[in-house]
Amino acid sequence: MSKRTFSIGGIHPHDNKIARGCAIEVLPLPQTVYISMAQHLGAPAKPVVAVGDQVKAGQVIAEPGGFISAFVHSSVSGTVKSIAPRQDIAGNWMTHVEIAVEGDEWVEGVDLSDTLVTEIPEDRNAILEKIKACGIVGLGGATFPAHVKLNPAPGSKAECLILNGAECEPFLTSDYRIMLEKTKEIIIGAAIMQKVLGGCHTVIGIEENKPEAIEAMQKALAELKYPNIEVMSLMKRYPQGGEKQLIDAVMHRQVKSGGLPISVGAVVQNVATSLAVYEAVQKNKPLVTNTMTITGDCLPVEKQHNYLFRIGMPLSYIAEYAGGVPEKAAKLISGGPMMGKAIANLDACTVKGSSSILYLSEETTKRKEETSCIRCGRCADACPMGLEPHLLRRLVNAGDVEGLEANSVQDCIECGCCLYSCPAYIPLLDIIRPAKGQVMGIIRNRAAAAKAAAEAAKAPQK
Amino acid sequence: MTTTIIWTIVILAALGLVLSIILFFVAKKFKVEEDPRIDEVEKVMPGANCGGCGFAGCRAFADAAVKAPNLDNNFCPVGGNDVMKKVAAILGYEMKEKAPMVAVVRCNGTCENRPRTNIYDGVKSCKVKAALYSGDTGCAYGCVGCGDCVAACQFGAISMDPATGLPVVDENKCTACGACSKACPKHVIEIRNKGPRSMRMYVSCINKDKGPVAKKACAAACIGCGICAKTCTHDAITIQDNVAYIDFGKCKLCRECEAMCPTGAIHGINFPKPLDKDAVKARIAERKRKAKEAEEAAKAAAAAAPAPVAETKTKEEA
Repeated sequence: MSKRTFSIGGIHPHDNKIARGCAIEVLPLPQTVYISMAQHLGAPAKPVVAVGDQVKAGQVIAEPGGFISAFVHSSVSGTVKSIAPRQDIAGNWMTHVEIAVEGDEWVEGVDLSDTLVTEIPEDRNAILEKIKACGIVGLGGATFPAHVKLNPAPGSKAECLILNGAECEPFLTSDYRIMLEKTKEIIIGAAIMQKVLGGCHTVIGIEENKPEAIEAMQKALAELKYPNIEVMSLMKRYPQGGEKQLIDAVMHRQVKSGGLPISVGAVVQNVATSLAVYEAVQKNKPLVTNTMTITGDCLPVEKQHNYLFRIGMPLSYIAEYAGGVPEKAAKLISGGPMMGKAIANLDACTVKGSSSILYLSEETTKRKEETSCIRCGRCADACPMGLEPHLLRRLVNAGDVEGLEANSVQDCIECGCCLYSCPAYIPLLDIIRPAKGQVMGIIRNRAAAAKAAAEAAKAPQK
Repeated sequence: MTTTIIWTIVILAALGLVLSIILFFVAKKFKVEEDPRIDEVEKVMPGANCGGCGFAGCRAFADAAVKAPNLDNNFCPVGGNDVMKKVAAILGYEMKEKAPMVAVVRCNGTCENRPRTNIYDGVKSCKVKAALYSGDTGCAYGCVGCGDCVAACQFGAISMDPATGLPVVDENKCTACGACSKACPKHVIEIRNKGPRSMRMYVSCINKDKGPVAKKACAAACIGCGICAKTCTHDAITIQDNVAYIDFGKCKLCRECEAMCPTGAIHGINFPKPLDKDAVKARIAERKRKAKEAEEAAKAAAAAAPAPVAETKTKEEA
């Protein structure tokens, strides 16, 4: 078996998959859930329920607020108590629908049984419609609406569907657990997406530090006999799970600056998304559950868990159920230690893309004192996008926006390799991130202005 | 050996002479005619090159001022009226005096008023911190306290107060160039009129949250209750997005709003006497009572004689 990986940059952090042995447990329902309207990339959804309404689990409670947006469903049955702003994990205010839980009644047509449905529907558009109606978004981190990604613009053809089972972030084990426990469901989900994309080749990319998952996948593939699907073992290297890095590793093709994966014929979906697609298409179950890991270096192994949670559960409730916040925890992170966000507010609620609560001790998270850049170039070596973080930092300090754009700051995937590899402990990513946002804004404005100008030029001709 | 040295000197000297003659004629031929007034204007400019006027530096400003037909759009906030008078004299333009301005920090989220809900250990830069999350307090609008404004100020007019964690503006040094205001990612700093003898009123909060939420995050937050707007007899206060704003042009510095504000979000500074809240409140109550009496009297009069109703109406409309 060939061991592949992406061509430039990357680092090798210790994988710390402590919770790998913990089977997925189902979290009991809390008394109240708060479902955010911004659980996906793009425009926030618009609530369609009113205070006092009775809702069932799986019922639509919000509609997409734009083209890049998604449906949001109730994860529980009960009464809508309020529709009001609430702080998310970063402390920003977002509209949440508060639902008081009463029983656990699902809408009609949802199949909650474990029976495997292997028959794939024939109609491509019906499948896409179902994926959209069930509010499926990419669960690899970016929460991009799946129906948009699975329906490439006319003229572009998908040559390869890549299922992302790399889970290159240290500590996280939720993808690993579903690959072990829901192997067949994931493969059926992949076959469904393969069908939607016109029967292209499909690769399930898994890093070599998860041999059990690779084995389970291969066994299940042999049993299920879907054509054109293969498992590929990848070298362990961060950030292998980055979309562009995975395409490079699997297909040896590089997506150019500003391009989409489809430009090289690739579509990447996470294994968790594949599971959600299976549940949506075969079982009629909207995306209201996902798997998350409770882990960390200051949490004893017996207190680590992989949970099946429902969206809208307060993080504090989950933390309490898992045995409380450990005393030694200095920092709480949602997501992996490399790209995750610090939890500023434990009262925030889970969203579709929640993947973990990570407790890190002070020794691990404490920032070391920053010293001067010695121009060793390690950050440039580590950058998987081929950028020069040390140069970008200098340009940020000089306020040179044009220089930043010329040096492709907009290509930064915020993986944190530069910061990780810097021997002077310069927080390169923290400095680059706002500049990236600024340059992206300028590029967007320019594109909008160009579009408006083109339309204005067209108008008099008519 | 000596001949080599002599030859070298002779050749170099000849070369220098020839090139200098060429350069002389080239310089004559391609001389750029520049308006001499640009130099004159530049001389009277403060020379801080801060960019507060909107141009790249003092020379760029001088150039623009000379080329412009009047001085309406060009004003040096650093030099203020004094410098602009000199510029106007050089250029022979008419000069409109502008009221002096000053940077005002519209946040009073001190450590006591605004309890910290988490600890930030990232890069000490407001821009970075604001891009990451809402901040280490419950208020998502206020000062994040990393001092980007201090770094932006070229005049040393802003410093962080370690006790409050908020920036403090030194009015004597502040030139109102606006660099701090631009550097602040939360838009907390406003360039406001300095006011007569530096006396001015402002709302020291920009929290757009609804009352209870704002109050929970910060004891000194503007809760958008509207009492100040109702109290103001000069129509100077507007409430937008749950925050009060005092229009300096209309404010008469009566300090009634400050006395009535339930959270102390309205600040009046540099007044000679401290505010006697009770006296002002009593004055307002007295005025209200009188107004009510007058209204009742008017009502009674209207009830007694129904004919002049139309007149009262027009009065109200007016």
